[in-house]
Amino acid sequence: MLAETLAGGFADPAIGAAHAFRGVMEAMGRPGTLQTITGAEPPAPLSTAAGAVLLTLCDTETPVYLAGHTDCEAVRAWLAFHTGAPLVGPSHAMFAIGTWDALAPLSAYPIGTSEYPDRSATLIVECPDLGANGARLTGPGINGSTSLSLPETSSFQANHALFPLGLDFIFTSGDRLAALPRSTEVF
Amino acid sequence: MKDTFDEITDRKAWMGLMAKAPEGRVAELLDATLARPAFTWLRAPEIGSTMVRARAGGTGTPFNLGEMTLTRCALTLSTGEVGHAYIQGRRKRDAEAAALVDALMQTDAADQLRTGVLGPLSTETAAAKSTRANKAAATKVDFFTMVRGED
Repeated sequence: MLAETLAGGFADPAIGAAHAFRGVMEAMGRPGTLQTITGAEPPAPLSTAAGAVLLTLCDTETPVYLAGHTDCEAVRAWLAFHTGAPLVGPSHAMFAIGTWDALAPLSAYPIGTSEYPDRSATLIVECPDLGANGARLTGPGINGSTSLSLPETSSFQANHALFPLGLDFIFTSGDRLAALPRSTEVF
Repeated sequence: MKDTFDEITDRKAWMGLMAKAPEGRVAELLDATLARPAFTWLRAPEIGSTMVRARAGGTGTPFNLGEMTLTRCALTLSTGEVGHAYIQGRRKRDAEAAALVDALMQTDAADQLRTGVLGPLSTETAAAKSTRANKAAATKVDFFTMVRGED
């Protein structure tokens, strides 16, 4: 096995993961805000932020779906070495990663059940760019309204309509990350 | 049945040997054999526990025997070879030495390590095993009947 595919974990796993977890929690708690998380150097085509999220949130009990180009030998080996997460199809995934086009259709992912709304998937969407422009967001954790450059709006409106069921989204671009939980309304 | 050929039997053997080696022995033998090369950590030594599974008699169904503490690490040499170590106990220094031996066994230094580290280690392990087996055998009681007295 090549050393390059196995390198790029957190230099200090406990501290790196704690920083990254704080970033993801802030992003989820305040939808639309941009967070910067570093420390991970995953193989291409994963971004730094996406790699850090996977290292932080995934372990042997969280099935991961690699969509599109992210499903390559380097990423599989890297994920297996650092997290041990099993790779599955979209219908059994707790986390899915890929570009917006590769992740579609959203109907393939588990949205949870009425008794257990938490048994739903979190989608990590790799974006070419992230900025505070585009769709308007309101809801819990947002003072008034905010903007985030979403790939589209209709899917997120449909997802919000499923509340308390539904999917959660983390958008990553380079070392930056923003989140869109199912509770947020998109206009 | 499909024919399978296990390409990693050798590696399994030396990793298993080092995993069960007594404290400090691998490091001692490695330093006596050759100078440690430079390396970078892929995964710094960390301590955890793992479930040991067993089967009775080699044919029974597997059961959970119990948890044991282990130390693991992974490193890469400057030439690119990757070495892994999973060893019993809380011994980070031993894990480092075992991972170095594992990495170096994939290089030209393999023969040198085979005679300098793995050879002595397997001899010692075999000796310890037979000593223990002999001690146990000395306390063994064989029950047998000389004459049943039925005739």
